[in-house]
Amino acid sequence: MSAPTTTRGKVARWALNVYAALGLAYLFVPIAWIVMFSFNEPRGNYNIVWQRFTLDNWRDPFSDEGLTDAFVRSLQIAAISTSVAVVLGSMIAIGLARYSFRGSGPLNFLLVLPLTTPEIVIGSSLAALFLDWDVTRGFTTVVIAHIMFQVSFVALTVRARVRGFDWTLEQAAQDLGATPFRTFWTVTFPLILPGILAAALLSFALSIDDFIITLFNAGSLSTFPIYIDGSFRVRFPPQVNVLATTILVFSVAMMAIGLLWGLRDRRRNR
Amino acid sequence: MTTAVEGSPHRADGGRSELLGLAALLGAGLLLAAVGARWISGPLVPLALALVLAAVVAVIWTAVAGSPESKRRIAPYGLLKPGMLWLALFYLAPLITLLRSSLSTRPSRFAVDFTFDWNLGNYTTAFTDFAPQFGRAFLYAGSATVLTILIGFPLAYVIAFRGGRFKTLLLGLVVIPFFTSYLIRTIAWRSLLADTGQVVQLFDTLRISGILETVGVMDNGRVLNTPAAVIGGLTYNFLPFMILPIYVSLEKVDPRLVDAAQDLYSTAFQSFRKVVVPLALPGVFAGTLLTFIPAAGDFVNALYLGSPNTTMIGNSIQDQFLVQSNVPLASAMSFVLMLIITVFVFVYSRFFGTEDLT
Repeated sequence: MSAPTTTRGKVARWALNVYAALGLAYLFVPIAWIVMFSFNEPRGNYNIVWQRFTLDNWRDPFSDEGLTDAFVRSLQIAAISTSVAVVLGSMIAIGLARYSFRGSGPLNFLLVLPLTTPEIVIGSSLAALFLDWDVTRGFTTVVIAHIMFQVSFVALTVRARVRGFDWTLEQAAQDLGATPFRTFWTVTFPLILPGILAAALLSFALSIDDFIITLFNAGSLSTFPIYIDGSFRVRFPPQVNVLATTILVFSVAMMAIGLLWGLRDRRRNR
Repeated sequence: MTTAVEGSPHRADGGRSELLGLAALLGAGLLLAAVGARWISGPLVPLALALVLAAVVAVIWTAVAGSPESKRRIAPYGLLKPGMLWLALFYLAPLITLLRSSLSTRPSRFAVDFTFDWNLGNYTTAFTDFAPQFGRAFLYAGSATVLTILIGFPLAYVIAFRGGRFKTLLLGLVVIPFFTSYLIRTIAWRSLLADTGQVVQLFDTLRISGILETVGVMDNGRVLNTPAAVIGGLTYNFLPFMILPIYVSLEKVDPRLVDAAQDLYSTAFQSFRKVVVPLALPGVFAGTLLTFIPAAGDFVNALYLGSPNTTMIGNSIQDQFLVQSNVPLASAMSFVLMLIITVFVFVYSRFFGTEDLT
């Protein structure tokens, strides 16, 4: 777009930029709080009033046993549910993007539904199902619930990424005598892998972070968010901030690696 | 949306295996949902499960032993099947179970068990006793949605049109808050908005507390526990869900269209309103759904940032289900919430229309 020439235009342009910058800053206000308070020396049970800077919390991030257990459990749940959901979801995405077939419309619709249903409805309905089945809610039911919403999420994300994929490459490989199986592993899979990895990373984060659906299906099981919620009535240790900051730094690093990888690929293809 | 790359329309042959695939997928899905929701019970269950298994085997059999053409025709159903069956069993079946338990009765106030007897009383209770919670849920979610558009649209606009080389980086910044726990972010706001917190101090320093009291953001010098705090928390937590779809729409807008409008003597505002906004509407539409729907069912913000006078329907459902163990009533409220939202989505898409929600 052409740059504005009038003074009024310039002021308007500047004002909009400032407004957008403030919006972006707003997104980071609580993030800054979380990171900052991981360096706070807590007073009493609640780490919510700033005292003084300390590195003690980072020296023993795992000193709070209940919190550490819950955190490890959340990682286990996320690892199991993400691996299952990535396989099921990617299969759906390839099926939908690769072929046109009867019934794809309604099936698409069914896929979007779990993501447009409020979490509380999904959580309570699944809990009602497990009650009806007389299944004790715990680790397994949480994994089942997470796979359910992750499958939809992975399928839609991967499908969006493979939409522009050149499927004639597969045909070329088969014309050159490759079996369908070999074609998939040596041609299709490497090309859609970045999309699958991005979806896996995001759905892993969704699983660790999920509170509402998990709360309904956890029974007496304590995941990372459930433990924080349950103990907030009596305490809020600084280790919460330390672990949250760790997840943040780790995810940002993964995202940066992904971006750089994408940039490198684009440069190489040029 | 979906394209067959092999291209040529060979509907005539292989049509049978395609029908077999579709029938196997739908039949197995429905049977599994019916078994899950206990519509089918007793000795019929093994039979139904055997049919599901047979449908799976039939598709695998065709995929292994069929002609190349029928293999190709059946492939998508085979790929879709495992995930779709999972959704049938753990998404569709639970909704049916939810409907049934919402029509059930507890023998006494202290009973945990309940029996299905077409009891509509739960719905009456949901509407009479919990009308304020329903009202607040939609009011707060609606206000938060409007606020996310007001904050998110300009932000997405600046990233899309003025981001230049930094577009990806700026988008990354929008996504980063996702990677810290939703619950901890809300607790962070609770501390920031507290009576001795930084936000109240800032308002006092700026001497705008008086104005904010009049507008209703502050109440007797407090921000925490007011409706404004709950709406603010919802706005914050769902803002990225508004920015990203709007950005996706705006990114597709050709800047030359705006130039063209200005060459034709439209003012900057006119070209924005008549060119950019209509092209961004699909993004606003998707963002509205992604914000309003989860916000209406949320209870975390009202729990941590609100007071007993600002509870939303999510709080009531959570309380009735997990604390009071009144599963039938909680199910009825849950079901009503879903119905209202479904109606909203249908009406809303009629007005704004969209090709694809994703």
